[in-house]
Amino acid sequence: MLQLITFSTLNGVLYGMLLFMMASGLTLIFSMMGVLNFAHASFYMVGAYFGFEISRRIGFWPGFFIAPIAVGAVGALVERYGLRRLHRLGHVSELLFTFGLAFVIEELVQMFWGKSPVDYRVPPSLDFVAFRLFDTTYPAYRMFMLLTAVAMFAALLVGLTRTRVGIIIQAALTHPDMVAMLGHDVPKIFMLVFGAGAGLAGLAGVIAGPALVTQPSMAASLGPILFVVIVVGGLGSLGGAFVASLLIGLVQTFAVAMNYSLAGIFGSAAPPLLGDLWQVTVAELAPIIPYVLLVLMLIVRPTGLMGTRET
Amino acid sequence: MISAVRFLAPWVAMAVLFAVAPHVFVSGSALTMMSVMGTMIIFALSYNVLLGQTGLLSFGHAVYYGLGGFVAIHVMNAVIHAKLGVPVVIIPLVGGLAGLGFGFLFGLVSTKKAGIVFSMISLGIGELVSSSSFILRTFFGGEEGITTNRSALAPLFGHKFGPQIEVYYLIAAWCFLSIVAMYALTRTPFGRMCNAVRDNPERVEFVGYSPRVLRMISFCFAAFFAGIAGGLTAINFEIMNSEQLAADQSSLALFMAYIGGVSSFTGPIVGAVIVTFLQITLSDVSSVWQLYFGLMFIGVVLYAPDGVVGWVKLHQQAALRGQLWRLAPSYALVAPAFAAACVGAIMLIELANRQFQLVQSEGSAIRLFGVNLDAATAPPWIVAVLLFGVGVVAIRLLWPRIGDAWGAVNERLHSRDPA
Amino acid sequence: MTVALSLVDVHKSFGATKIIRGVSLDIESGERHAIIGPNGAGKSTLFHLTSGRIRPTSGDVLLHGERITGLQPFEINRRGLSRSFQITNIFPKLSVYENLRCATLWSLGHKYAFWRSIDRLRDVRERSQWLMQQIGLTARRDVPAGVLTYAEQRALEIGVTIGGGADVVMLDEPTAGMNNSETEQAVALIRKVTEGKTLVMVEHDMSVVFNLADRISVLVYGQIIATDTPDRIRENAEVREAYLGQVSQQ
Repeated sequence: MLQLITFSTLNGVLYGMLLFMMASGLTLIFSMMGVLNFAHASFYMVGAYFGFEISRRIGFWPGFFIAPIAVGAVGALVERYGLRRLHRLGHVSELLFTFGLAFVIEELVQMFWGKSPVDYRVPPSLDFVAFRLFDTTYPAYRMFMLLTAVAMFAALLVGLTRTRVGIIIQAALTHPDMVAMLGHDVPKIFMLVFGAGAGLAGLAGVIAGPALVTQPSMAASLGPILFVVIVVGGLGSLGGAFVASLLIGLVQTFAVAMNYSLAGIFGSAAPPLLGDLWQVTVAELAPIIPYVLLVLMLIVRPTGLMGTRET
Repeated sequence: MISAVRFLAPWVAMAVLFAVAPHVFVSGSALTMMSVMGTMIIFALSYNVLLGQTGLLSFGHAVYYGLGGFVAIHVMNAVIHAKLGVPVVIIPLVGGLAGLGFGFLFGLVSTKKAGIVFSMISLGIGELVSSSSFILRTFFGGEEGITTNRSALAPLFGHKFGPQIEVYYLIAAWCFLSIVAMYALTRTPFGRMCNAVRDNPERVEFVGYSPRVLRMISFCFAAFFAGIAGGLTAINFEIMNSEQLAADQSSLALFMAYIGGVSSFTGPIVGAVIVTFLQITLSDVSSVWQLYFGLMFIGVVLYAPDGVVGWVKLHQQAALRGQLWRLAPSYALVAPAFAAACVGAIMLIELANRQFQLVQSEGSAIRLFGVNLDAATAPPWIVAVLLFGVGVVAIRLLWPRIGDAWGAVNERLHSRDPA
Repeated sequence: MTVALSLVDVHKSFGATKIIRGVSLDIESGERHAIIGPNGAGKSTLFHLTSGRIRPTSGDVLLHGERITGLQPFEINRRGLSRSFQITNIFPKLSVYENLRCATLWSLGHKYAFWRSIDRLRDVRERSQWLMQQIGLTARRDVPAGVLTYAEQRALEIGVTIGGGADVVMLDEPTAGMNNSETEQAVALIRKVTEGKTLVMVEHDMSVVFNLADRISVLVYGQIIATDTPDRIRENAEVREAYLGQVSQQ
């Protein structure tokens, strides 16, 4: 039991941190530009595939550094030549553009790398056991992932609170129009933020790829959960995104570990109408839990846990 | 009298078109395609009740389509099992009522707010229902789905609706009725106020209407017609599975409505026809046909936000005043450049598809536009890049001419306007 | 003399900032009442509080003696109070005729009718045409509202405001941004369409105020410092000091 709790907590925190790596970029982009980037999870996927390709030809560590930058560059180009044209048409057009982009990226990935998962492996330098607890081992690679995520989080914190650009971005989170009126080169900042957000998502992909499966459906399975995170946390709130990421990461991880079902508790004689619901285990329900949370949150408190904006 | 004729003419024409089509396009595959088009027209129009008319962008519309279809198919099986005298022609209505029921239920939650919040709720409910379909295996049939036999229901005037031609006419009839109904909806006080709520929800409150109630009713109508489409699909394919509730199906509705044009009533009809046609024919021609879809969608978002119908309507005034000829020269100049860029892009995509696969299973030979090419050699690539590059550059250089031509046209159009 | 609209010790704070600090005002049926005051006094906020756009922190608003505090804007509108906006707030994609038509639908009882063709409703058609005539935009019937000139849009704004037949009409700076001749026309229009109704108006243009108003209230820093006839307001020392003193003599 204690073993279950320890490992689930570790994995839950890890998953939550991964989610936050992406949700932070998404929040920044949304707050500054008003664009809900449907293609954000796609950048995550592209990062994993770039990481795979580079590690296949050169090595994991070069991939670790090059891939996120490459993804960031792609993001910046997307903003400059695609999104920028659509600012004047309104947020719906921008959202639809990113929606189409997500679709196209998924097709391109399938075209170049096929529909089956690719063999993106943990590098030998990290392929050992970190520690052993109650008969179960915990891989070092996961600790590495956790470390990277925490380091990124720290860098983001420092970058936002202590650099000049960071302070401007913070201001733009709640008062984007004002920042523009203060004379800052807003288009350039937009490009920077979009590119940085994409790069962060790419980094998440590079490190998650070997641990989770790298396949073309990565983006489609993670994308909606990302939206749950930022809506539950509160649109526009980085702190809320952090809390929501950890919350969902932990809840889902714990749910997957639990094999309880109503049948298990109350016996296998199902009352009429409940049928399948009687047999289903908590673990099977795990994929749905984020969406239930989303719908509940939107009913009870549309601004999310810590948000200040609804639109 | 004359105005009555003018009013009825398009509807009569459409009815005639629906009735005559299978005699013009007689092949079996054409009949299948037209049947699917019929259901997709209803689906896309129902989606536009939300988007184009009420300003609600939904990412989970397939829920009502799918649930409508599943309820319909279960009712069909129940009717067959109990040997009730229910003819299959009523089944789409069952789907519609199911869609309406779920629309009401989920609408209570969804329509409290508009904008991004609405879109996110629709996404969440869509994923919720879609994921649930894997858990509730008795209702959704798990991986195999639920099947039925439409000709096992009671016949109508001797027809059992086994052959595809009979199913086509069933779909065509429902499609016609649905189009009439949804069009009529736009001409009512309710329909007009939905347009108002799309444009300015705040002002709507200050003329005495509750935006929430307007959205809720609109949502219910959209779900009702989506359910009808689902029911027709259940009849047409005699199988329903959880793919029809999934995100891809919801995206399809968005694609069809948007590519056709959301700001006019006929846009989604055109979009449904085009997208269904491409879906069925392109998938035979290229393995990356979905990529073309996505690129087309992005193209419409960037360059033609009012879709195909919107683009045609741009020219409506000019056509009525006989000014189209002014545009012809510049269009004629740009068209080849546009064609070259398209051909180049297609070549690049197909060559890349053949050459860069991680697992090379088919060798590098490829047949494009009737010409055999080897994707491993340089020449096809060079040609492709040249075509694309030259095409794009030419378009950019020649575009100002189109702008000038339009300037001249607008001058004429406005100078004849009474001030 | 019946009271149409009544504000009873209304307070409004946004966080720690007090905008309205205890306003009590009785507006009589059929009177034309202007609210003036320096910028930032809270005039628009008062309008928002009355029309339901925001809720008072404390205090009550009564319409024909009935409490409307905290009701939704559409509920207040259905009880007979209608307002215009300082920044033109109409339906830009709909034509002039369609804009006015939307304003008439509820009051004519059509509500959410999805079973009737709107083109066949004679009462809607006649009222919309009458409104169009009143505001003088019949020639621009089918023009999308977003394309009208500024003055035309302001006229349409007034048309949409009175379209529902509300007997209490609130106009927020109806002549803002207009030149002299446009203002004259607007004043004539306002006088014509508010005949027999209760009018509450926020204005900066003193000539309009003294021309139209039966009584004037002066709002300074969220409080009403005087409510009286135009002549007596002109002579009120406190008012002159706070406000009129800065404007040249009329």
